[in-house]
Amino acid sequence: MLLIEIKPNTCDFCGCCVGVCPEDAIELQEAQISIIEERCTNCAKCVWVCPFEVLLFNKPQKTKAEA
Amino acid sequence: MKQEYDVIVVGAGPAGSTCARYAAAQGASVVVLEKDRDVGMPVRCGEAVSNRSLEKIVDIDPRWIAATIRRFRLVSPSGQIVEPDLGGHGFVLERRLFDYDLARLAVEAGAEVHTKSYVDGLLPSENGWQGVALQWKGERREIRGRIIVGADGVESRVGKWAGVDTTTHMRDMETCAQMTLSNVDLEDDACEFYFGNDTAPMGYLWVFPKGNGMANVGVGISGMASKQRAAIRYLKDFIARRFPGAGVLTTVAGGVPCAVTVDTLVKDNIVLVGDAAHQVNPMSGGGITSGMFGGKMAGEAIARALAREDLTLLQEYPRQWEKDIGAKHRTYHRMKSAVYKFPDETLDDIARKVLALSPEKRTIWGVFRTALRHQPALVWEMVKVFGLGR
Repeated sequence: MLLIEIKPNTCDFCGCCVGVCPEDAIELQEAQISIIEERCTNCAKCVWVCPFEVLLFNKPQKTKAEA
Repeated sequence: MKQEYDVIVVGAGPAGSTCARYAAAQGASVVVLEKDRDVGMPVRCGEAVSNRSLEKIVDIDPRWIAATIRRFRLVSPSGQIVEPDLGGHGFVLERRLFDYDLARLAVEAGAEVHTKSYVDGLLPSENGWQGVALQWKGERREIRGRIIVGADGVESRVGKWAGVDTTTHMRDMETCAQMTLSNVDLEDDACEFYFGNDTAPMGYLWVFPKGNGMANVGVGISGMASKQRAAIRYLKDFIARRFPGAGVLTTVAGGVPCAVTVDTLVKDNIVLVGDAAHQVNPMSGGGITSGMFGGKMAGEAIARALAREDLTLLQEYPRQWEKDIGAKHRTYHRMKSAVYKFPDETLDDIARKVLALSPEKRTIWGVFRTALRHQPALVWEMVKVFGLGR
């Protein structure tokens, strides 16, 4: 399940996240960014390096059964 | 756009354009594919270069120069100011014009440049790669090339697709926020660098004059520090403090791989140059001229390999890079790794000690010698690698 979220209309398309992504899981065009869900391992490196805090890591919600 | 070229260059930054220029100059058919709609835009850079490096790689056009720099002002966390003797001068460039002209020089040498050309994959062949897949003005295309150059910047996906590990480690990724300010009061010949945990943890904040009351102000912090607080917050805090009355003309993000060069610059018929090859000086974070040197070396090796129909000649490029620049960058990287985590007290102590030196010893080299005085082995390595006097 993809836990990384991109805040809409905040990205500057600089490529910093792509540079640290070990899975090549980010597609970045001139003014378009998306995460390739099948490749993303939710390692969150992209979230940590983003200069503009565009990427968010959503902690998985535990279901009642797990809790 | 044709269906086939000798050389496909992905990315029209300084490294890609310079590589294209030198490859095309010997008669190769070269295409440069740029994903953005314009070359040189947006500017994600501090724009500073040393005069000596720049004039070695290109004939300088005065239109590129926004300011000529004769002084560095290093500001410690407590506000002590060290002005080391530069032993030369530098420039703050107007990269919009600079990058554009480098692309023009490539075109004059015979290359084609296409913007809005987003390369999203390599086409495999039996022994390497036979071309690239791209979206060109919204249309899907495939073009063939005998040699493919990854000049795709910090993203560096061409290398990854070819199986080269171009991922930048978090600690080596300097994550940057930069603004162009107007209405600022600055001396037009001084670059300022601010250090300290509250200003720019594991990096520095720069204030570079651009003339006419304008400045390029930015901050780069390590990915490790960015985990706690993003670069843009440090920059906004600083500007509110230092330039409360300034107008903000642009705000951009960026990433600079301050690492050692990737260990595979050439794989089969894939060649990596510039930020994509981690050719940035890892100490300063400057990558304009070093990327252009990489591009030139690669372009010349490509021209020779094509002329003699022998792709093994591409290996001359990594050999020359290592000899001229790569080895130095490894030392710079060791220096960076030694100093970038210094706590504020250590930085202030270094500033105090440098200010106590006699003026003729107060050079950039003197600053590093002072900073690394507890690591004599590294100082000795600096002496050897850079040929500096003790």
